[in-house]
Amino acid sequence: MRRTILPPLLAGASGLLLWEGAVRVLKPAAYLLPPPSTIARAAVADSGTLASACLTTGTSALAGFAFSAVLGVAIAVFLSTSRWIERAFHPYAILLQTVPIVAIAPLLVLWFGVGGRAVTASAFIVSVFPVITNTLAGIRSVDPALRDLFRLYGASRGAVLFRLELPWATLSIATGLRVASGLAVIGAIVGEFVAGFSEGNPGLGIVVMTSYRQLRTDLLFGAVGCSALLGMVLFGLVSGGAHLLLRRWHIAAS
Amino acid sequence: MPAVALQGVRRSFGDVVALDGVDLSVEQGDFVALIGPSGCGKSTLLRIIAGLDAGEGQVAVDRSSIAYVFQDAHLLPWRTVADNVALPLELRGVPDRGAVARALADVELTDAADRYPAQLSGGMRMRASIARALVTEPRLLLMDEPFAALDEITRNRLDERLRALWASRGLTVLFVTHAIFEATFLAERAIVMSKRPARILYDARIELGERTSAVRGEPAFAHEAGKILAALERGSE
Repeated sequence: MRRTILPPLLAGASGLLLWEGAVRVLKPAAYLLPPPSTIARAAVADSGTLASACLTTGTSALAGFAFSAVLGVAIAVFLSTSRWIERAFHPYAILLQTVPIVAIAPLLVLWFGVGGRAVTASAFIVSVFPVITNTLAGIRSVDPALRDLFRLYGASRGAVLFRLELPWATLSIATGLRVASGLAVIGAIVGEFVAGFSEGNPGLGIVVMTSYRQLRTDLLFGAVGCSALLGMVLFGLVSGGAHLLLRRWHIAAS
Repeated sequence: MPAVALQGVRRSFGDVVALDGVDLSVEQGDFVALIGPSGCGKSTLLRIIAGLDAGEGQVAVDRSSIAYVFQDAHLLPWRTVADNVALPLELRGVPDRGAVARALADVELTDAADRYPAQLSGGMRMRASIARALVTEPRLLLMDEPFAALDEITRNRLDERLRALWASRGLTVLFVTHAIFEATFLAERAIVMSKRPARILYDARIELGERTSAVRGEPAFAHEAGKILAALERGSE
C-alpha cells in the first residue's frame, strides 16, 4: 500500500511546491496562473458552491452512466444476435463515438430542454460506446465448444445468453464500464457548457463557465480539480463494484 | 437397431473435401475407436453424428440420449465442479443433485465438488468434463481426443476408468484418437481412417481379454496395436 501511495503523493506535493515557488518568483497576473495556495483558499471559501456543483454534475453523470450500462449491454446483445444485424447497425454505433458531443449538444437541448435531462443524455452518448464494443467483443469471444455444448443439450436462447454469453463477457463488460465511468463525467460537463443553465443548482460545467467570464481563475482551477476528483470517484466506485462482482472470476483466473 | 448408422456421408468445406462417402454402423454397447492422422476429418465425422455439423448423406442416430466430450475440458470457469456437472440437467430443465453426486463419484471427484476449474489439475478437469457428459446417463458417448493434452500416466489412468465405466454402464462409445496404444487398450473395435478426404481403411475387432493395466505388456496387445499401425501407415503413403 505504502509503495503505491507514497510515490504519487511525493510527486504531486513537489509539483505543487514548484508551481507555488515559480508563481511567487515570476509573479504572473492572477487571472493567468494563480498559485495553489490561492486556489485552495478560493476552493475553501466557495466550498458550498463547489460541493453542490459536484452533486449536480455527479447526479447527471451517474444517471448517464447507468443508462450506458443498461442500454449499452442491451444494444450489444442485440447486435450479437446475428452477423447480419451487427454488420447493419455497427457503423451507426461507431457514429455515436465519432460525432463530436459539442456539435450535437444543442440538439439535445432542443429535444430534452435545458437542464439535467439534456446533460444526462450528453453523458450517455459519450459513455455508451465503450460499453457496446467491449460487451460485443466479450460475447464474440465465447468458447465455440461451449456454444456446441449448449446446443447439444437444446439450450434456449435465454439460457445461452444468461448462463453462457453474459457470464463469459463479464470481464469485458467490466472493462467497458470502467472506461464509460470516466467518460460520463466528461460528457456531463461538456453537456453543461451548452445545456446546463437552468433553475436549480449549477453543475461544475457552469461553475467553470461563470468563473471564466468573471476571470476568477482560482475558482476555475478549483472546479477543474473537482471535475477530475468526480471522475476518479466514479471510476473508483465502478472498479470496486466490478472487483466485488468478479471475485469469483478472479478465483477462477488465478 | 444400431446406435449409429451412416451411409455415404460427405462433407466439404469450400473446396476441401473432409469426408467422402463414409459408411459406418455402430452396434449398441460397442466401444469403437476412430483412428486417423490429424486433420483427417474424424472430428468432423463425430460432429456430424452429434448433429453439431451437417453433412450430406444418410445419418441415423438416436440423439435423445447423447453426450459429447471435447478435446479439452471446456468447463465454465465461474462455476464450481458440481455446478458444471449439473449444467446439462439444468439446460434440459431436470435438475437432479443426486445424479450430479453419482456422476462425480463415478470419476472420483466427490471431494473436489466445490472447487473451481482453475483450482484443478488438467486430469481432474477432464474427469469433471466426463462427469458432465455422464450426468444425463447417455446411451451414446462421443469423445473427440479427450485425453490428448494429458501426460501419459494420467491418460492411462483415465483410459482404465473410462473402460470400467463403459463396462458397468452399458454405454456405446465412439472415441476419436490418433494414439494407437490408447485405441488398442480402450476399444472393442478399431476403425482406421485415411488422410483427407477420409475413407475407412481398416475396420476390425480388437481381440484382447480383460483390459487391466497389465494387458499393455502382453504380446497380444502389441500384435493388435501393430495391425492398426500397419493400416495407418498404408493410409499415409
